[in-house]
Amino acid sequence: MPPRARLYKTEAIILRGRKLGEADRILTLFTPTFGKMEAKAKGVRKTTSRLSGHLQPLNRCQLQLARGHVSDVITGCETLASFRGLRDDLDLLSRALYVAELTDRMTADHVQSLPTYRLLLDTLGRLESSPAPDTVLRFFEMQLLDQSGFRPELERCVGCGNALEPVDNFFAPVAGGTVCRQCVPGLAGPRVMTLNGLKVLRLLQRGSYNDVARVNVPPALAEEVERHLRSYIIGVLERNVNAAAFIDHLRREGARTKIEV
Amino acid sequence: MNERTTSTAAPLARLIEEFYRLPGIGPKSAQRLAYYLLRMPAADAHSLAEAIVEVKDKVTLCSTCQNVTEVDPCRICTDSGRDRSIMCVVEEPLDILALERTGSYHGLYHVLHGAISPMDGIGPDDLKVSELLDRLRAGETKEIILATNPNLEGEATSMYLSRLIGPLGLRVTRLARGLPAGGDLEYADDLTLTRAIEGRQEMDGA
Ligand SMILES: [Zn+2]
Ligand SMILES: [Zn+2]
Repeated sequence: MPPRARLYKTEAIILRGRKLGEADRILTLFTPTFGKMEAKAKGVRKTTSRLSGHLQPLNRCQLQLARGHVSDVITGCETLASFRGLRDDLDLLSRALYVAELTDRMTADHVQSLPTYRLLLDTLGRLESSPAPDTVLRFFEMQLLDQSGFRPELERCVGCGNALEPVDNFFAPVAGGTVCRQCVPGLAGPRVMTLNGLKVLRLLQRGSYNDVARVNVPPALAEEVERHLRSYIIGVLERNVNAAAFIDHLRREGARTKIEV
Repeated sequence: MNERTTSTAAPLARLIEEFYRLPGIGPKSAQRLAYYLLRMPAADAHSLAEAIVEVKDKVTLCSTCQNVTEVDPCRICTDSGRDRSIMCVVEEPLDILALERTGSYHGLYHVLHGAISPMDGIGPDDLKVSELLDRLRAGETKEIILATNPNLEGEATSMYLSRLIGPLGLRVTRLARGLPAGGDLEYADDLTLTRAIEGRQEMDGA
């Protein structure tokens, strides 16, 4: 919980904002010390506000807050990193917003998690510099699932408990992980998981980011891994992640433009 | 007789219920508004009721620029004095009011009715984007000014549009680069807006 003092400071990454009343915004922040929290930013939709430029989603900043009755109020802000490279590129921006939305949806208010703050910060930085932004997303998804207590089972069959054979198996998000051939009948929504797909997912789960970044994953395999992780996340959240739809939209239009040219 | 006609307060209850459905109105405010109207002179109440009916019956969206209008096409779209080679794309009808107030823009408009907001599930298909493309393909436009808000959603919308419009070979400029980041266009003062129009910059089709 935020401290009792009337004024306090914290570092934060701004996940999202929503309009409130005439000119205010309610911001969702992720902080190293208080986890996820909401704070009010007054008057920031007026073009005269000195704070507004600093309080954009995806900004990493040092905030000063005043305790309020309903939500705390931001009284000062200094930008530490604005991730300009993410804001100027629509493909990267859509992915960064996906990262922010997933962090928001997977975490609870006021639960401190320094590893999640670290992961969020590292992921935004990696997106800005990596030649393979989708790999950055997959690593983020797997690590965030782990930190949130939803680590998918990838070693054994969730049906019979036996270690998986090195062949094509199945993945059943609702059941919590991988399923062997014998246990598939009767399970809801199992999908084939190729042996290579399983290897990549295990690497995402157990490896470091550097291990993951060194592996060259062909497009079809990357697609399979993305599909498995997405269906697993939808199963955990019991809903879609909105920003994923925009990533898909851009991909479809990108593919169409390439065909026309 | 049904229950409604037996209770004298039924029309009042209905009015309270109608107010309660409006955005930002709680049960207490709904009651307060209803009782205020009850005490209002009859002529004022009729005038308010007429205004509500009229706005629904007479105000529609211009089928060309999507601005709110009582004639279709709207007065701006049919004004022969305006420069038809230049089009300014805004998020909301209120932004047009702000730009018209400056008196320094004489081209046409297109209203998107929102901005791309991926986290809220608002994508290009939820905005008047295909209507914009149809207009641009018709061929009169030479320059397009993207005047979405200088915040994350507005920037995302402008980047998306400039990428989409790029292949049409028009001059694409961005208005809000001169405006302070994070604010809403409708709150900008006339001088700032005029400077932003004059100082608009080319977009590189990100
Ligand atoms: Zn089994
Ligand atoms: Zn019009």
